[in-house]
Amino acid sequence: MTVALDCEQVARRLSQAVPDSVLSLEKSAIVVKGEKLKEVAGFLKGDPDFSFDYLANLTAVDYLDRFEVVYHLVSLTHNHSLVLKVRCYERLKPTVPSVVGVWRAADFQEREVYDLMGIVFQGHPNLKRLFLWEDFAGHPLRKDYL
Amino acid sequence: MGLKTEPFILNVGPQHPSTHGVFRMRVTLDGEVVVDLEPVIGYLHRGIEKLAESRTYTQIIPLTDRLDYLASMTNNFGYVLAVEKLGGIKVPERAEYLRIIMAELMRISSHLMAVGFFLNDLGAMMTPVLYMWREREKIMDLFEMVCGQRLTYNYMRIGGVSQDIPEEFLPALKRFIDEMPRFIDEYEQLLSENEILLVRTKGVGVLPRETAINVGASGPVLRASGVKWDIRKADTYSIYDRFDFDVPVGNAGDCYDRYWVRIQEMRQSIRIVQQAMKQLPAGEVCAKLKQPLRLPVGEVYGHIEAPKGELGFYLVSDNSIAPYRFHVRPPTLINLTALRDMVIGWKIADLIVIFGSIDVCLGEIDR
Repeated sequence: MTVALDCEQVARRLSQAVPDSVLSLEKSAIVVKGEKLKEVAGFLKGDPDFSFDYLANLTAVDYLDRFEVVYHLVSLTHNHSLVLKVRCYERLKPTVPSVVGVWRAADFQEREVYDLMGIVFQGHPNLKRLFLWEDFAGHPLRKDYL
Repeated sequence: MGLKTEPFILNVGPQHPSTHGVFRMRVTLDGEVVVDLEPVIGYLHRGIEKLAESRTYTQIIPLTDRLDYLASMTNNFGYVLAVEKLGGIKVPERAEYLRIIMAELMRISSHLMAVGFFLNDLGAMMTPVLYMWREREKIMDLFEMVCGQRLTYNYMRIGGVSQDIPEEFLPALKRFIDEMPRFIDEYEQLLSENEILLVRTKGVGVLPRETAINVGASGPVLRASGVKWDIRKADTYSIYDRFDFDVPVGNAGDCYDRYWVRIQEMRQSIRIVQQAMKQLPAGEVCAKLKQPLRLPVGEVYGHIEAPKGELGFYLVSDNSIAPYRFHVRPPTLINLTALRDMVIGWKIADLIVIFGSIDVCLGEIDR
């Protein structure tokens, strides 16, 4: 069985390795600050205790007051998993750093989130709409899109 | 005096027999050699994730049929498992076994299509695929017996399956499972050591192990690259821990290994179905649940080993009758991330083969 790591313990290690990176803890997820995301991702992938080498899933949720980008990480080496989240309170041009440099699996998934949710992934090498055509107006998966 | 050449841009698809659906590859060619490739998708986008936000949990099941329409049973399976995980819903034993039988039959059917059309892409026009179709037809007949449908089954329910199997199902299943190993031998006899197949696929479109992991490849594509990662074993779900089966792993990560892994997986699926048939208990096939179903506030990520890779469902519930957010992690979209790496430097005829070896389904890529 894939073991879901204890968020508190991971958060403790995280705040040592990347100071001031953890924003809050949820029942089964760690919310990190957007500006520290790339460092956090690099640490979680590189640290031999974690070695999260596999980004299983990346998606986003619109909670109207904020967007949450969700990262489901798995380590194929240790067979454990972790959920990371990043919050974004901006609606006009929400921006989150891209993790394509760490896990290329994020490439199409970040484009999908950009297309349907309108979140800009800074540093993505080819941030274009994935499904809809270039001059489509709006982002359909947002809750205020009717 | 050197001859001046210019790169040539070619659109393969969206309407093209080798793209297995409405998929477009914008290929830059230097003569016959691929120097760049960009996949263009979205031609089959139906907004399934948005649609699901205005449907009850049960009404979403037929939507999942239309994701990977060559493996509708496993789509049903992945979705109902995710809902049950969030709701803490118990499933009757008999239903668990029926689900496993259907999921493994579906895997055989999907791999038959994958291998058959892969040979089509190699230029063995229609003959191998008709051999595969012959057996797939029997699986479709079995599914028709249990749910009346041949493609979009809508068979699984939250808490079990929609109906028990009819009397004639088990004898027909036994007949199929008894004869299927001989048919797989026949395919292997025809194909596995066929010189044309070997020359066209050995060492072609190699996906190295590290790249495969980094791009999030899953299913046969990941295992062909030498990673022993099968969610049925690694993060076992339903009752897969009760069955004895192996995980075939390739080592070269080329087109041949992806073909070989699929053939071996069919043999393993037969083993699982044989064991499940023997252990199948009597009893109820669906838990009684209050309708419309409401799930506790929270979120869940459920994933299964679908024929084409890791199929994940991410659900966010706000305790209403419809999910607040419904996201599908489509295995083949993410498997395509590495397509560009795999084809650069190969000829255009190899591009078709390499793309075919990934085994995509556009219904699931575009959603």
